Amino acid sequence: MTTVAELERRVEAGEDGLGDILEVSMGPHHPSTHGVFRMDVRLEGEKVVRLKPVFGYLHRNHEKIAEHGAYLHAIPYTDRLDYLCSMTNNWGYVLAVEKLAGIPVPERAEYIRVIVAELTRFQNHAGLVGFLLQDMGASGTPLMYAFREREKILDLFESLSGARMMCNYLRFGGLRVDCTPAWLEEARQLIARLPRFVDEFEALLRANEILMARTQGTGVLPRELAINAGVTGPMLRASGVNYDIRKVDHYGIYDRFEFRVPLGDHGDVYDRYMMRILEMRETVKILEQALRGIPSGPIMDPKTRLRGLRPKPGEAYGRIEAPKGELGFFLISDGSMNPYRYRVRPPSMINLTILEDMCLGHNVADVVVILGSVDIVLGEVDR
Amino acid sequence: MSALPTAEELKAQIEAAVSGAVVTVIPNGSLSAQHSLLLDHEHARAVALFLRDHPDLRLDYCSLVTGVDWLDTELTEKIKVKKMVAGPDGAETEQEVEETRKTKVPGYLEAVYHLFSMEKKHGPVVLRLRTANRTDRTRVPSLTPVWRSCEFQEREAFDLYGIVFDGHPDLRRILMWEGFEDYPMRKDYVPPADDILMEARP
Repeated sequence: MTTVAELERRVEAGEDGLGDILEVSMGPHHPSTHGVFRMDVRLEGEKVVRLKPVFGYLHRNHEKIAEHGAYLHAIPYTDRLDYLCSMTNNWGYVLAVEKLAGIPVPERAEYIRVIVAELTRFQNHAGLVGFLLQDMGASGTPLMYAFREREKILDLFESLSGARMMCNYLRFGGLRVDCTPAWLEEARQLIARLPRFVDEFEALLRANEILMARTQGTGVLPRELAINAGVTGPMLRASGVNYDIRKVDHYGIYDRFEFRVPLGDHGDVYDRYMMRILEMRETVKILEQALRGIPSGPIMDPKTRLRGLRPKPGEAYGRIEAPKGELGFFLISDGSMNPYRYRVRPPSMINLTILEDMCLGHNVADVVVILGSVDIVLGEVDR
Repeated sequence: MSALPTAEELKAQIEAAVSGAVVTVIPNGSLSAQHSLLLDHEHARAVALFLRDHPDLRLDYCSLVTGVDWLDTELTEKIKVKKMVAGPDGAETEQEVEETRKTKVPGYLEAVYHLFSMEKKHGPVVLRLRTANRTDRTRVPSLTPVWRSCEFQEREAFDLYGIVFDGHPDLRRILMWEGFEDYPMRKDYVPPADDILMEARP
């Protein structure tokens, strides 16, 4: 394939018959970009020869806002990072604060955290598969199947925390409110139905010829590049790297549950799609175990001061396996009420580092599919 | 998960392997006890390569890169000095008086790197690079050639803090728009009084 530099040199030399290089600005209002995201794409015919992502349309300096408030103030703001997965965002942040200030978490709270986080993962993956198929032109149907299930999970979140998407539910040292036995029963009934949904969903898509043709061999991400570029989450595991922070760090109580980490082989879009389906099944396993083992007891550490928390000067980096990858929070305390430095490690932004590498040489229509398989949410990319 | 050497052990290993490298251990007072290593600019990339490729460390994954702004501070100390002091009767006598002396400690910008190992499944190792000051000497070497994951995050530190990364392949603003001049994450940043959106209106 001709490189851009070479083509530019030949254009400057006045060579004829090169064909045209077309510069297309995909976005910020392109439906496939899942928000306000732009790609400056250079095309030679239909082939992509250069692609530069452009961010910042949704930038509101989340980190500065959090540095201006107390530790507690940042929790509702984290909901708005990856606005599909507020529960896991909360968890990443409170984990960092707990590391910084050495706060213990009661057992029951740990179990409820696992339940809400895994429900979040499930609805995120179902939604992603729906969106990916939507990007491929399967208008509506798979997305509606996914959203039907997502609605039920959001209903559960609503009855637990009062909000469907902006849950603001976790606190350092525990949780905001306890769940009732009726809620647990509802969750149990929902989770019992989830495997059937995954079966149905997969049967609908698995052997689909168009899906196979569009995704297999598209956007291959080699293993070494994935590691070096800091790609995390299902995308990394689709490239065959066994790295799941739930297994590596055992944060919370993940060492108590039995689940497997699905791994891909080819690192193409199809593997990334399959990763989500397989992870949904593992998630159901974790959920079943967590609901079986949940003890009674308090949900907040009694000694923790939510308002007016003043951790000792120092710093801490806490990270969790969010549905999109490694979500980390880096906090520096100077001993005052608010964090001196508050930094989010946004998985979906860093997963975009290798977007150009995956797209080069593909048709422009494949860019949409490759981007869809990365799973980005612009609230988190731009912060 | 294999055990990772402590910060002091790492310092010794690095200084033995990379000749001339100056590594300082920065202790972390919080309960997380994630101590960090301050590197000198000249050998930073060699040290990074050593950490990435050493068979026992294999820190192949750079998770987080961020900037931190440390303002100029004033160190206030009380010292005793001998001085001629006029007494109530007008005669000057030598007396010891207390004076406060203020010394200015220049601030700096800091780039912080959190390293993990996907192969050995350990971490984090925290690296720090510091600029000479906050105004005109804000350069540090880029580690993007070692870890590709630094690419966007170093751009972000450049965009929001004004840290210039030498050797970065594509150092442009990433979240703010081109033509924006200040660095919004700095501690002394003052947002413009006027609504910028009004200015942009034709």
